[in-house]
Amino acid sequence: MDLDDQANVNRLAESIGTENMIVLLGQPDPNSTALFAETVTRGDPTWAGPLAGVPLGLPVYHILEPEVKAQMDRALYEEHVGLMELSAEVDEIIKEIKRYRE
Amino acid sequence: MELKSKRVIAIGEREGVQGPSLKALAESAGAEVVFSVTQCFV
Repeated sequence: MDLDDQANVNRLAESIGTENMIVLLGQPDPNSTALFAETVTRGDPTWAGPLAGVPLGLPVYHILEPEVKAQMDRALYEEHVGLMELSAEVDEIIKEIKRYRE
Repeated sequence: MELKSKRVIAIGEREGVQGPSLKALAESAGAEVVFSVTQCFV
């Protein structure tokens, strides 16, 4: 994750707390999903940014997960996610994201 | 997990679903989006 955005996420977690906070991802493949999920749960795996060694432990979800989709406006979802939903490796992405909630 | 009333950090990606789209979708579920961004994964 971009170093500035790691700093922004870290600052938010410190200033308003992580209670009732989740991270929602929109990455198009399992690899990038895993990298971003790891950064906001266990810390920056590249050890380059402000979240290196900072395990925020935020619950992390992906926009393609059925339990997420079910809560959103259907027409809006189709407009913004429909195309990716058809082409992405949905099962693999969901498998990855769930590893970071265990 | 119920999105309603959750604080959401939305991290989108240029080649996937972008930050503003995630924000709009999370808000449609009743969540409060406290930060949204679009990353470029290379």
